[in-house]
Amino acid sequence: MSRKRKYDLLLVAGLLLAAVILYLLLRPGGPGVWAVVTVDGRETARYALSEDRTVILGEENYNILQISNGKAAVMEANCGDHTCIRTGKISREGESIICLPHRLIIRIEGGVKPDFDAFVR
Amino acid sequence: MMRKNLARYALLVALAMALSWLESMIPLPGLLPGMKVGLANLVVVFALYRMSPRDAASISLVRVLLASAAFGSAYSFAYSLVGAALSLAVMAGLKKLDQFSIVGVSAAGGVCHNIGQLLVAAAVLETVRLGWYLPVLLASGTLTGAAIGAAGGIVVERVK
Repeated sequence: MSRKRKYDLLLVAGLLLAAVILYLLLRPGGPGVWAVVTVDGRETARYALSEDRTVILGEENYNILQISNGKAAVMEANCGDHTCIRTGKISREGESIICLPHRLIIRIEGGVKPDFDAFVR
Repeated sequence: MMRKNLARYALLVALAMALSWLESMIPLPGLLPGMKVGLANLVVVFALYRMSPRDAASISLVRVLLASAAFGSAYSFAYSLVGAALSLAVMAGLKKLDQFSIVGVSAAGGVCHNIGQLLVAAAVLETVRLGWYLPVLLASGTLTGAAIGAAGGIVVERVK
């Protein structure tokens, strides 16, 4: 094996190893409790995953968030790319749905089980 | 000389566009948002090895502009541009170092492409908490980059 081939292998192996280590550090945790909505980096609402509901987030730029059976998903949106819809259902701590055109993130967080449905900031 | 290169540029840009189109037409199952094979990078890698970093940069820039206009949005343009620029800068640097073959250079390029895109996402969303996306895109960029590099090596060898 030539020297360059060896370095190639080392590089690829190193990058994959870094990915695995980062994944283990950042992987989605256990079942989440909250679906937290952030727009432009600011939290705008949080909903308990324990309560089934459908909410329309935003007005002109909308994403329809559905929470059912402890999972959150975007069902419909008027953004261009629909990446948020294709992401599918999320329920584990640390998972997120991202809508880049609307600068929206729906992120699952853990924490204490809520005694009330939702509160909106 | 210039005229000869112009024809070559046009041919390579057209090829890159066709590959971008092909990729946007065939969604691979199981790919998360942001994951791509990056077929068009085959052309960029080829230009880097057969022509020059400057030629590769021109072709990459025109490709990103046209592909975003045709198949993407303003967001995909910002994404692709930063990804492509970072990727090409790192590939040109590593090629000059001359310690890796085309496979290693392209693997590093693939990773940087994805890192650039994540940086744009983090800036647009004003958050650094993209979490487990980073390692997933790191791994996918490494593998697709290496595959593109392997394919690129064959092409570079055969096309004079």
